[in-house]
Amino acid sequence: MKNKKEGYYQPEDLKKFGKITEFQEELGKKFFDYYGAVFKDGALTAREKALIALAVAHSEQCPYCIDAYSSDCLAKGADEEQMMEAVHVAAAMKAGVALVHATQMMGHVKKLTM
Amino acid sequence: MAIKQKTKSLKARQDKLSDTFFQLNVLNGKELKDTTFPKFSDQIKQAGFTSLKPSQISIFQLNIGKLCNQTCSHCHVDAGPDRTENMTRELLEKCVEIIAHPSITTVDITGGAPEMNPNFRWFVEACTALGKKVINRCNLTIIRANKKYHDLPDFFAKHQVNVVSSLPYFSKRRTDAQRGDGVFEDSIKALEMLNAVGYGKEGSGLQLDLVYNPTGAFLPGDQLSLEKEFKSQLKRRYNIDFNSLYVITNIPISRFLEYLLASENYEMYMDSLVQAFNPSTVENLMCRNTISVGWDGYLYDCDFNQMLDLKVAAPKSQHINDFDMDLLNKRSIVLNQHCYGCTAGSGSSCGGEIT
Ligand code: SF4
Ligand code: SF4
Repeated sequence: MKNKKEGYYQPEDLKKFGKITEFQEELGKKFFDYYGAVFKDGALTAREKALIALAVAHSEQCPYCIDAYSSDCLAKGADEEQMMEAVHVAAAMKAGVALVHATQMMGHVKKLTM
Repeated sequence: MAIKQKTKSLKARQDKLSDTFFQLNVLNGKELKDTTFPKFSDQIKQAGFTSLKPSQISIFQLNIGKLCNQTCSHCHVDAGPDRTENMTRELLEKCVEIIAHPSITTVDITGGAPEMNPNFRWFVEACTALGKKVINRCNLTIIRANKKYHDLPDFFAKHQVNVVSSLPYFSKRRTDAQRGDGVFEDSIKALEMLNAVGYGKEGSGLQLDLVYNPTGAFLPGDQLSLEKEFKSQLKRRYNIDFNSLYVITNIPISRFLEYLLASENYEMYMDSLVQAFNPSTVENLMCRNTISVGWDGYLYDCDFNQMLDLKVAAPKSQHINDFDMDLLNKRSIVLNQHCYGCTAGSGSSCGGEIT
């Protein structure tokens, strides 16, 4: 049987995220300060920001972020419906982004054909 | 709508976890799991406390019975309709004598469903007659459970009882998943009845607080922000008003421990509690100003220690019949691994966050 530890994306690696400062402390620290500040309550609530992050995690297809922001959304009081709607926003954007490029294809085809 | 019970009590199922010694062994990595976490008492020492002492007992909390009309899947009391333990009138009378002590300002009544104890109304009246603030931890659905409980909102209002009620979420799905099918609908109806007599309404002086606790293996978010969300959602969806939201962390004992083990979330959850240890919560831990009395009159540092059968470390004052305020104020609080639930993040107590 394949060793479970082999391959990419080990769930336990998520816990090591903070350790990226090991190879470059100054920039890593700046990033985490910025990251922390972004997710605080502001004009948007921390819960709304977590839902946006959950949507982005899906469109970027990052398993770490999906786990992290599923937990974070739950903790911040979002429910399953809100979380699924956020993922639908990501999915609709992905579909829209693909489809809006069809105008490029259509224009090109129309230019080349009689 | 009748409530569909989630389960039976651990005791009725004769589950190993109904043995409190077994639970403590699990929490200390000696049974079922071999994972050990740093000792809570060591963390406390590192935070600068040689031992944890009470400041002054001012809250007298009583768990007057394990009988309940619900069997919530996370219940730390292991309460339910199949439990029969209820505090007797004789013991309650003894409690009233002690409550008269001037340092006791607040009487906090919990259960089970405390209203199911036949002495409940008499006891509330006796405490308010002494001029004490009375908190009743009401599960809401009891108000709807039987005709004889329908007038509870009026009774609470008459005696200015502070009603504190669990509502884990403002939607049916989450609430019923934790508390049983039909609980959400009945809870909303009960909240309407409480609002109708003035509870939660500005200027009425009738305090209605809700308790949020996570419906799963995750830690609660920020209290203020959750309160805002609950207020706006409950108002918009059901026209319900309430005063404050208390955010409470689930303590890894009893049926919540059972859930953590069965869902294979135990290590992850304990680890998140340990990682979130916050030394600044220690000063305000509820065991520092509360004494907790069990249905059989024994004394504990808190309701959680009570459910683990960890009696107060005051050998000459372990029962209500031997209550000695001085001895109890000098005792050391009994700590164990479940205490991590009170010190995670912003901390947790029966009154919500503590920092
Ligand atoms: S959590 Fe409260 S309402 Fe639910 S079973 Fe336990 S005592 Fe009863
Ligand atoms: S579980 Fe009880 S004794 Fe332990 S910290 Fe919490 S309130 Fe204090």
